[in-house]
Amino acid sequence: MAETRKAPPSTRPPWHRDPIIRGYIYQVLLILLVIGFGYFIFNNTLHNMEKRNIKTGFSFLNSEAGFGILFSLIEYNASFSYGRTFVVGLLNTILVSTLGIVFATTLGFVMGVSRLSTNWIVAKVAKYYVEIFRNIPLLIQIMFWYSVVVKLPSARNSIAIGDWFFLSNRGFYTPAPVFEEGFGAVTGAMVAAVIVVVFLARWARKKQELTGEQFPVFRVSLAILIFLPGIVFLVSGSPLSWSIPALKGFNFKGGASFIPELMALLIALTVYTGTFIAETVRAGIQAVDHGQSEAAHALGLRQSFTIRLIIMPQALRVIIPPLTSQYLNLTKNSSLATAIGYPDLVAVFAGTTLNQTGQAVEIIAMTMAVYLSLSLTISVFMNWYNKKIALVER
Amino acid sequence: MSTSEFQSQPDRPPPNFQTGWVKWFRDNLFSSPFNTFLTIVAVYLLYLTLPWILQWAIFEADWVGTTREACETTDGQPRYGIGACWVFISVRFNQIIYGFYPPELQWRPNIIAILLIVLLTGLLLKGVKHKQWIGAFTLIGFPIIAGILIHGGLFGLEVVDTDQWGGLMLTLILSWVGIIASLPIGTALALGRRSQMPIVRTCSIVYIEFWRGVPLITVLFMASVMLPLFLPEGTEFDKLIRCFIGIVLFQSAYMAEVVRGGLQAIPKGQYEAADALGLSYWEKMNLIVLPQALKIVIPGIVNTFIALFKDTTLVYIVGLIEMLHILQIAGRDSEWIGFDTEGYVFAALLFWIFCYSMSHYSQSLEKKLHTGHKR
Repeated sequence: MAETRKAPPSTRPPWHRDPIIRGYIYQVLLILLVIGFGYFIFNNTLHNMEKRNIKTGFSFLNSEAGFGILFSLIEYNASFSYGRTFVVGLLNTILVSTLGIVFATTLGFVMGVSRLSTNWIVAKVAKYYVEIFRNIPLLIQIMFWYSVVVKLPSARNSIAIGDWFFLSNRGFYTPAPVFEEGFGAVTGAMVAAVIVVVFLARWARKKQELTGEQFPVFRVSLAILIFLPGIVFLVSGSPLSWSIPALKGFNFKGGASFIPELMALLIALTVYTGTFIAETVRAGIQAVDHGQSEAAHALGLRQSFTIRLIIMPQALRVIIPPLTSQYLNLTKNSSLATAIGYPDLVAVFAGTTLNQTGQAVEIIAMTMAVYLSLSLTISVFMNWYNKKIALVER
Repeated sequence: MSTSEFQSQPDRPPPNFQTGWVKWFRDNLFSSPFNTFLTIVAVYLLYLTLPWILQWAIFEADWVGTTREACETTDGQPRYGIGACWVFISVRFNQIIYGFYPPELQWRPNIIAILLIVLLTGLLLKGVKHKQWIGAFTLIGFPIIAGILIHGGLFGLEVVDTDQWGGLMLTLILSWVGIIASLPIGTALALGRRSQMPIVRTCSIVYIEFWRGVPLITVLFMASVMLPLFLPEGTEFDKLIRCFIGIVLFQSAYMAEVVRGGLQAIPKGQYEAADALGLSYWEKMNLIVLPQALKIVIPGIVNTFIALFKDTTLVYIVGLIEMLHILQIAGRDSEWIGFDTEGYVFAALLFWIFCYSMSHYSQSLEKKLHTGHKR
């Protein structure tokens, strides 16, 4: 005879042992703690600033800066405002980060692939490069290169590479393009060529999917990219000349220049970040299963196709996320420029401007906000790219 | 009819180009036209740089002497780019290691260094018993003893102010304290980031992402300039303590991400089993999850330590006199002007030795700890 079972007694524990209620209590406590701490700091700061007669607010951005900056991408002199110094510093930071990312990626990919080379000497050179420069603090590398760059010969005895490039303790001088009237047409032709190429590539892919016929996209695109702007350039009467640096007095005039500070910073950032990128690339390529390349060879694909169509797309998936953080690191590390006096955001704004105005809170907050938004921009872009090339699974 | 027994001929030797160094060269240096080209380019580049580096650093360098004259040519010109001047280093060696720590009291840091070496050997050698106690002592007891002995003030030891600390000693102190303080905070943040409670999770994420998004230099600026503004009037902090606070705030965010990696690597079954046994949250974490997670991330922690060790050079920018700052002060000395390159090379060598050995240790640990998770 079946016994009738009683329903178990209520399983809800008393309130002080209920995990859900306890969770609410902890969170309320945490909020109170954070708010209280914030209020404590805010109050103290207001009080301290009043005591020390520090002004608050962002009106200082409009007052005259009164100091010169070594190197600027936009027009600047001492009569411009503090707001302008902020922009100058920001542009200099962006300049050095962009150049650094381009150079470090190139060096890193070359070295990462070299480490896996069958050529013994090339693999060893890449290995020692990575092992040596990865383990030396970036700041020491920056100061080392700076101390080397300033010991280069003077402008009069500069090291000339051909008749166009000059290396001296005043910096590295290269020819600069001078755009004359009518160059707009050439730029327009370039843009048009790029658009044509994009559509051509799409059309070719669709055609291959439908009929299996291949169209020599690469060669045709190259021809379009070279000849279309080239013809417009010649027709419009070659509206481009080169300004070549020439020695005038103690320094060079004309051309474009990399000041010694920028040179040292770029070399150090490139060499240091390059080691990390090389390791990332090596790990990514090694992560692709050996069977993949064997299968590609078995299908009869050429080595170049194997790398381009089989290995690289899979390796990139592994490479992209750590590469993103290397780009972020490089951008943040460019702030070490302040040690050698390259006028980046930290040196100009969190350094000189802060010393002159004393408005530490606003200035440090603005500087941190800039780096945070740079970091966010880079990581949003890289996440988008990562998603685009990520594995599409069923 | 004679029968002849079958006798195998001795093997003929392989062709010349299939043995010895000829084969090795063919396989590794000249296997294709492109490889041959690469070999020639690499050898040429090495030919351009290596002899020059060796000549500068060793053969043409000046090793003995106490004054600048030891590093000059007979007509009083410095020999930049020809030979290094290691005399500059040997003259300043004491400051590079100890900063401005009073020479008659330098036995105190020396004792600490010896103790540290003994402890580390005890931890690294195989077959030493009670490693967990040695480890706990290294993490907790040792810093206290080191603090008392280096700073003084107790047991009749003379006080040495923190502005006299410097050089390699300060670099080591900064990174040691930084890592020890950021480990528990980082673990707490990692747990917070994986918590079920939305507000705890949000707070942890905001903290971690904020500090990871800004450069250490701005954090140090903030710690040295803004911290005095944040605290009630009259609270005065040492510059060193302010730097510690900045470093720990910054480093704990990175540590949190390392620990989170370990937490994520623990199979879900472990969490569920702990729940099924009726363990509370803290019992579950302390007894089941964290011991496994922290074991996995030891190499990651060593790597974070290496990164922090390299980053401690930045405190030079807010005015602490660690090794790099000493070298820069020394390089501005009018007698030794222009020899700063040698200083940086020497500092780079010291850092390289530390970081390289630590990263090798971390790699070997990674292999050793890789138990049971490999497929």
